[in-house]
Formats: sequence, C-alpha cells, structure tokens
Amino acid sequence: MKATIIITPKKAVLDPQGKTVQTALAQMGHTGIKAVHVGKYLEIELEATDVEAARKSLNDAAHSFLSNPVIEDYHLEIE
Amino acid sequence: MNFAILQFPASNCDQDCVHALRVLGHTAGLVWHKDTSLGGADAVIVPGGFSYGDYLRCGAIARFSPVMQAVKQFAEQGGLVIGICNGFQILCEAGLLPGALIRNRDLQFHCEQVFLKTANRDTPFTSQIPAEKLLKIPIAHGEGCYFADEPTLAALQANGQILWQYCSATGELTEAANPNGSVLNIAGICNDRRNVAGLMPHPDRASEAILGTTDGRLIFESMIAEMQSRTPAKAA
Repeated sequence: MKATIIITPKKAVLDPQGKTVQTALAQMGHTGIKAVHVGKYLEIELEATDVEAARKSLNDAAHSFLSNPVIEDYHLEIE
Repeated sequence: MNFAILQFPASNCDQDCVHALRVLGHTAGLVWHKDTSLGGADAVIVPGGFSYGDYLRCGAIARFSPVMQAVKQFAEQGGLVIGICNGFQILCEAGLLPGALIRNRDLQFHCEQVFLKTANRDTPFTSQIPAEKLLKIPIAHGEGCYFADEPTLAALQANGQILWQYCSATGELTEAANPNGSVLNIAGICNDRRNVAGLMPHPDRASEAILGTTDGRLIFESMIAEMQSRTPAKAA
C-alpha cells in the first residue's frame, strides 16, 4: 500500500513562495492564474495491509508531526 | 546562576550562548538533545541553529527530542526558558509558545542589525530594559515571519505577551522596519504564564562591545534578576 499526504499553507497564512511562482508564471505568459499555493508532497510506502488502521495512524502523524495545524492543512490518501 | 544550553544536531549558537553568559559572570553548560535531565540548571536556553537540518519544518523534529520532555516539565514547574531564533521555532513547534514562524515575506535570508521596541517591561525577560530604550540586536534567519491566527493575536495583546517588536531607529513600528513580514512586527513573545519566551533576534550575538552592541545583555540580565529574586535569601 502507498499513502500520499499533501500539505498546503492555510489560506490565511502568507505564502510568499506561491506569490513568487504566480508572478513568474504571469511573466512567462501563462495567463488566467488566480493563485498559486506551494506545499509539500509526501509519498509513504506501507507494509501494513489494514487501510483503516493505517489511515488512523497517518492522520495522527500528519496532525502532530508532518503538518503544523497553526499554518498548514493536509490531505491524506491511501491506495 | 547556572544556565542549561540545549544542543541538537546542527545547533550552531550553543557556544555563543555559553560564551555570552560566561562574559556576564554566570555558568552555562551544554545539554545534549538525548539527555533526559537538565542537570539542575536555573534556566534553559534553546539556542539558534538549524536543528535536524530544518527538515520538514524548522524545529519540527527537535521538539520530539528526549531533552524537550525535560524542558516541558521544567516550564510547567515555572522554570525560565528562552528560545533564540531556531530555539524560538522549536518552542512554537513544541506548543510551549503560541503561533508559528514561517518563510520570510521576501524569501530572503536576513542577516542584519535590527532595532527592537520592548512592548512589555514587566516580565522576567524584560525587567532590566530601561524605559524607552531601543535594543539593537542582530537577526540571522530565513524563516522568522511570526504568524498566529486572530484570536491568538488578540490574546497575546490582551495578556501583554508581545515582548519585542521590530521598529525603526527612532522607535516606529513601520513596515520598512519589519525584516520578515511578522504580524504586528512581532520579534518575540512569551507564554501567558510569562516563564517561557522566544525571539528571532540574537541577544547572544549582542553581548560584547567588540560585536557592536551589548543590548542583548539586558535580556539575559533580566532573566538573572528574576532568578536571583526567586532564590531564598541565604542565612547571614
């Protein structure tokens, strides 16, 4: 099994990386871009086979360690 | 007074802190991150650096070090703890201080002298700072933009937990004087109990005249005065 966790800055948090990428894209002629948010992507290979147990464990890890709930949101997927 | 200076892999201001406190006539010992005891120290300094390579987020891994359990217990007992730069980031990640430090607004690493206004002089970290005195202390960080949500900021203001704010050479809290985009120009805060503080500027690099400023001493001297006032008077 494989889990993926995508971590993004909360909307209320300043995201200078996202803004800089957005500006660069506009300068390259990529129009129609409303906003860019730069985050992190974690790919986690699992030995476990119990999806629900893995989900619980990774939710705990994402909340307490992999993301900082003060500034970030995360999205977990297991396949 | 005896200070415990924590040492994580890639701490790099631990020796600066030891030196600064020795210059002030006090003792300071290094405590390795795997230690579970603070060795009976009177106060703790979480120094600057790039603990664990700043991987994942600054301070995110350091806060799970065994020594941080001892720091939490020490803080719960009312002990004085100050985090400088990376130490501030670690204390926020550990939940000992509210909010978080994120990338500087301009994505640049800033290494420069800044001026700080002391917003609350009635704390164990600021009591020796003269009224109206602006502190000239260097910063050196890429992720020092302080962020907290609105309710947290309101609580910080209501409780007098904002200790230092970036200001101009004449003491104005301007955008131009804010090196990293911190909300409310915040450079340092304390917890609501006022025994744990953190700041991005480096008082450890501002404690000797040869370094261009001795204003950092006032912060350490405030902590020392607090500890001395707590120590029961010895029998004559």
